[in-house]
Amino acid sequence: MELFFLFEQVVNGLVLAGYYLLIALGLSLIFSVGGIVNLAHGGFYAIGAYLAVTLTPRLGFAPAVIISPVLVGCLGILFERFILRRFYREDPILSLLVTFGLAMVAEQAIRMIWGASPLSQTLPSALKGGVELGPLLFSKYRLAMLGVVLAILASIWLLLNRTSFGRVIRAGIQNPDMVGALGIRLQPYMTTVVMIGVSLAAVGGALFAPITTVHPAMGAEILTIAFIVVIIGGLGSFWGVVLAAVLVGVVRSITIQYLPAASEASMYILMFLVLLLRPRGLLGERMAKFEG
Amino acid sequence: MEETKKFIMSRRQVLKTSVGTGILMASGLTAPGILRAQEQPIVLGHLVPLTGFLGTLGQYAINGLKLSADQINAAGGINGRKLQIIAEDSINPETAATKAQRMIERDNVDVLVGEISSASALAISEVATRNKKLFIATGPRSDVLRADRCSRYMFCSDIPNAVMVNAVGTALKQQGMVEGKKFFTVTSDYVFGHDLLKAAKAFFAENKAELVGDELVPTDATDFSANILKIRQARPDVVCLNLGGNQVTNFLKQYAEFGLSTPTVGFNLNTADAWAAGMGNFGGVWPTVWFDTIDTPGTKKFVEDYKAAYGGEIPENHAWIEYITGNILAKAFEATGGTDNEKIIDYFETEAEFDILKKRPAYFRKFDHQLVQEAYSFSVKPEGSYSTVHDMLELGAVVPAEGEKLTSIYPDDTGACKL
Repeated sequence: MELFFLFEQVVNGLVLAGYYLLIALGLSLIFSVGGIVNLAHGGFYAIGAYLAVTLTPRLGFAPAVIISPVLVGCLGILFERFILRRFYREDPILSLLVTFGLAMVAEQAIRMIWGASPLSQTLPSALKGGVELGPLLFSKYRLAMLGVVLAILASIWLLLNRTSFGRVIRAGIQNPDMVGALGIRLQPYMTTVVMIGVSLAAVGGALFAPITTVHPAMGAEILTIAFIVVIIGGLGSFWGVVLAAVLVGVVRSITIQYLPAASEASMYILMFLVLLLRPRGLLGERMAKFEG
Repeated sequence: MEETKKFIMSRRQVLKTSVGTGILMASGLTAPGILRAQEQPIVLGHLVPLTGFLGTLGQYAINGLKLSADQINAAGGINGRKLQIIAEDSINPETAATKAQRMIERDNVDVLVGEISSASALAISEVATRNKKLFIATGPRSDVLRADRCSRYMFCSDIPNAVMVNAVGTALKQQGMVEGKKFFTVTSDYVFGHDLLKAAKAFFAENKAELVGDELVPTDATDFSANILKIRQARPDVVCLNLGGNQVTNFLKQYAEFGLSTPTVGFNLNTADAWAAGMGNFGGVWPTVWFDTIDTPGTKKFVEDYKAAYGGEIPENHAWIEYITGNILAKAFEATGGTDNEKIIDYFETEAEFDILKKRPAYFRKFDHQLVQEAYSFSVKPEGSYSTVHDMLELGAVVPAEGEKLTSIYPDDTGACKL
């Protein structure tokens, strides 16, 4: 029986990995391409959640989950065009400060527009409840969410590895100067990457709204976890983030089975151990632009 | 900045003012008014969490105390002195203690008010006691604040955990959901949760219920899927939540998501967190210290005033508790003729009664400084019988019932609190 419980938690951890991946993937993209640590990532996540909650009564749940990230993506274009663009080649501390400030602006803006008290968002009844597959219990909603995450993951992988767009991005991650020397302007690519990155955060917000509290500070809640996943995975690595999300999900679930009070601490201990053994993260690459 | 500006006047302003005052003095009409307006305000140092899992409740707290001060000031203040609030995010126990110390030393606050986290309240209470400064703890519910860790300088206006357990326990017993039942508790891993778990365990033991699982969760946990699977493994009859702030919201939403049929009950749920859980996501019986549909003229007026001041928002229990705490303090300043903390403490210790917008007045108990008052239970209406989250909840009976002694739901004096 004990062994079965352990297995059940491992499976739950795999489902949970989708949840962590959704918030970490966009952060990792912007981080690796622009070299920008986007502390405002949680802000976009929160705005995504709020827009989805606002749109749901008018359009229904599924359209809201699609439109909210599109709107946030547009915000992302403005964010890149007018703010981030100035900081690619500057001291990283500047972009840290700017995005940190922006996170606070986002939180306060939410307070001013939607009020400080949390909003309620309910699951569509078709996705509510559990489904038993053999002896295992799954939440229907999380399975659906996992499907969405896998679809997103596949599209981004294809975009990065099977298109000319992706080739430029990957080259830009490694060595932006060389890309420039070849006569390719990285700017429009960057705009697109930031747009995709913050849209992913908004997808996360919109999908989590029914199963977590929608409140102004919700962005700050997920930011730390998102960073832990990115750092464990290793900078610039697509599969690193995926692997890290799975690890964090499984480790956390198993910890809850045996020592629930340590569930949050388990992620930090995992990060500590990984960095001790592999300072660049699990699959982190050497990148010309960050060396010497 | 503003304060320095107020006191630095140009020569011309001084001349103008003194000439003006002279004329008014001569006319002998408005002079006392002018003199009053120049008296120093009474400063309340307000510390509540505005971020983290209690942040939502903190915003209600800020609004509630501000409404009380605004109304008092609009009516002319206290003996001519205005109430001024310096409010800050208390964040965590360490920061709360630092800020309390700074408010006492630098801002010269007359009284410290606030807090929701029991851990932060303990930290502030230590600072307050060291500085012999009165601290009215408005939101923390841990029993230890009224027992081993009580202080001459701390008064508690919210109900303690023991009362929360009694309020819900009575309702549960009536429904036959306690005796012989298997309980699984999920508890917030800090002083409040531990304290609530202790009270819950005592209640289970007393009523022959069995505890089959007992889970601690960190306060920053937002995902409960693994805990929910463990509950399913343990097959309890009732899931009992001893969580704080939006942890309850997150848990209830995810519990509904997994569709487990075991009923949930809980010994702590603030109405704002219940509203946030959304419709059709939970049932059960819960305790509360105040509810917006309590049928008294005072509560009705407060709800109307609050909605008018804050864009139609319905107040929840933390807005109410700060509001009545502001009013109680104003009464104490008036009764003692100033802000001398020792005099105010002695005044509270006479067990003077205050109107707190409920049927029966309340008073601070002399031996543990607890505001003795009525409590309530509330339940969730059947699905489909309501259309918005704000009329999803139904106020239950008042505890203790009318005619019974108010103190009957409060712990007796065990001698643990030595003031």
